[in-house]
Amino acid sequence: MNRKLRGESRLRMAKGESETIDSIPKQSGSGWALSRRSFFHGSLSLGLAAYPSLSRSSALAAARPVLQEDEKLYLAEAKFYEKLPHKKIKCLLCPRECVIDDRERGYCGVRENRGGTYYTLVHSRLCTFHVDPIEKKPLFHFHPGTMAFSIATAGCNVNCRFCQNWEISQVRPEQVRSYYAPPEKVTAMAVDQRCLSIAYTYTEPVIFYEYMQDTAIEARDHGVKSVVITGGYIAKEPLVELCASVDGIKVDLKAFSEEYYKQVVNGELRPVLDALVTMLNREVWTEIVYLVVPTMNDSEEELIGLSRWVKQNLGPDVPVHFTRFYPQYLMKNLPPTPVETLERAKTIADAEGLNYVYIGNVPGHPAENTYCPGCGRVVIRRKGYTVSGIYLKQGRCVGCQTEIAGVWGT
Amino acid sequence: LKGGPGRFPVANKASPFVEAMKTYRREFIRKSVGLGAVLSTGGPKISGALQAQPGKSRVVIGRGDSPGSVDREMTDQGLLDLLDRSMQSLYSKETPLEAWRLIGGAGQVVGLKVNCLAGKGISTHPRLVEAISERLQQAGVKSSDIVIWDRLNRDLERAGFSIKESGKGPLCFGNDHLGFGRELETFNAVGSLMCRTLTEICDVVINLPVLKDHGITGVTMAMKNLFGAIHNPNKYHLNIGDPYVADVYMLPPIRQKVQLTVCDAIAAQYEGGPSFMPQWTWSFNGLILGFDPVALDYTGWQIIERKRAEMGMPSLRKAGREPTYIATAADPQHRIGTCNPDQIEVMEI
Repeated sequence: MNRKLRGESRLRMAKGESETIDSIPKQSGSGWALSRRSFFHGSLSLGLAAYPSLSRSSALAAARPVLQEDEKLYLAEAKFYEKLPHKKIKCLLCPRECVIDDRERGYCGVRENRGGTYYTLVHSRLCTFHVDPIEKKPLFHFHPGTMAFSIATAGCNVNCRFCQNWEISQVRPEQVRSYYAPPEKVTAMAVDQRCLSIAYTYTEPVIFYEYMQDTAIEARDHGVKSVVITGGYIAKEPLVELCASVDGIKVDLKAFSEEYYKQVVNGELRPVLDALVTMLNREVWTEIVYLVVPTMNDSEEELIGLSRWVKQNLGPDVPVHFTRFYPQYLMKNLPPTPVETLERAKTIADAEGLNYVYIGNVPGHPAENTYCPGCGRVVIRRKGYTVSGIYLKQGRCVGCQTEIAGVWGT
Repeated sequence: LKGGPGRFPVANKASPFVEAMKTYRREFIRKSVGLGAVLSTGGPKISGALQAQPGKSRVVIGRGDSPGSVDREMTDQGLLDLLDRSMQSLYSKETPLEAWRLIGGAGQVVGLKVNCLAGKGISTHPRLVEAISERLQQAGVKSSDIVIWDRLNRDLERAGFSIKESGKGPLCFGNDHLGFGRELETFNAVGSLMCRTLTEICDVVINLPVLKDHGITGVTMAMKNLFGAIHNPNKYHLNIGDPYVADVYMLPPIRQKVQLTVCDAIAAQYEGGPSFMPQWTWSFNGLILGFDPVALDYTGWQIIERKRAEMGMPSLRKAGREPTYIATAADPQHRIGTCNPDQIEVMEI
């Protein structure tokens, strides 16, 4: 910054800089502009997904906010809230139960009280979308080898210090570039790209609940499935209703201690455990990811507690993925998780009697494969997000006929 | 702002404040009785000295002549006189311009961070901002080097400001105009992107909060107003804002650039904030000035507690929202200022 510039001159300069940063050629025919950063992000993802023409990611929209008139496109009254005196409201979507004054927003940053009526600001308001392998979610027992049309809006109802997508999850919708994509449009894009499912992912889909639910219903009418990639921090009533519309849920169980949830996640463990039980009771296919953060949630005691709780409350057939942490966002003071730590976690969970325990974010590790709990042979072979062999017949091991839990299709 | 340059007389003469100061010492004992009533809940001690007491944080409580209902707020001239008196007291200067000339430096851009969330009812008054802007210009700041800002253009407009993103005269716009930077600023429990208005446009900031209750954080004044400089304020209302309010104030662009707080207490609110609730608003008819935001917030908090007690309402502690972040801001990790009454010199004028 040239310190001699006057206020107005600095303003012009600041605006000019952002134009330069964000002025990337538009995709022909699409009308969607990419920033250099978003183009880079998108390219990374698409290298894995092999659909390079489809990637869009958002960048912080420095001097290009959504116009006020555009905002109306994304506005819809929220489904779960209670009106309080003096134009206050209480949000009932997640266990946080924010009490929100007029013209204020909840913790998620995407729901706003306007004159005593509560609105979501992100219905049909995508900030990013990609075509991903279902293994990237990860969902290993849900139609392996298929693609998921993956979407997100801005916002999140927790604030994990290790978030890898904080640039879209920890911002307000007007701080990222938005794309108008109503449920029918998302469904059409998924069908067009031959995706078996739509994945609500990247940020926290609970906070775009209405949009997710409307899209799932629309997609089901067109033969497209829906999977939810969530932290599971959701109230029971909306969860029960959601379970009727979706086909699979992956829950990021961040730790097995309330202290960790308080200090690192800014959330609570108990409601997440309750949500997992509800998912089981509603018979929605569920898998668990546990991001192992060195020294923070990797003690033997905690891993044993987790494994026993899963077996006792959800059963031995719920897949558990122990994934590798990489330093991100507000937690750059720790190293990546040693592979030995992940292997120790798997050993503990195996010993506690869980049938499907995986190691994630370590491409090529043998614990990416699915092994038959009956005979021990590989029934699904994976490397990274690529499935190289499926040795199942009607959901059973081709070797010993043991039924493998999951959603395998016809 | 509707008023143009020259609306207010140049403030480089000693009158009328010099005359006022002659009577200040004589009046001090009487005034201190009144302030004792304001701060009777163990508030800061009072000093009548013109020069700041060594090591103490001075907080000036300027009061208008005729407190009344909110509908009968002070006149423009009354407001200007109050601003002048308050600034001279804070800076221990004979004339208003001597004080204003100490803000910023040659060619520096001065930001005026207002608080407009609650609309016209309980936001920073445009008249006050206009008076400050005028005095800054008289002190040598170019009109185009004055930037009035808050979270959103629409908030500013609802509070009575006119958006002005280019041209001559003070500029006025929300963070939605320029957006936020790309690098995280972090301290303790917070990590935020800073608005570019603060980081790239302003050299110096005068913080212009409002004296009011806050339904989550207890009170909102100097420190809390800087939530308007970050991209994710919704994340930092947990635990009554403790330690988040203090942590946000520690972010380097804020610590380095905010030079002065002028809290608009013409109208104040003791319950139901931050939204405007007219049934809980009263005419405090004053301004609260200070360099130390912790001392100022502590002093303002005591004023609100006193009003709540007067109106038969429970203390903020009993209401479950005692603003403990104020003490956190004074702890060894933060050291933003002091909330020790023995270390605060409150000057009521």
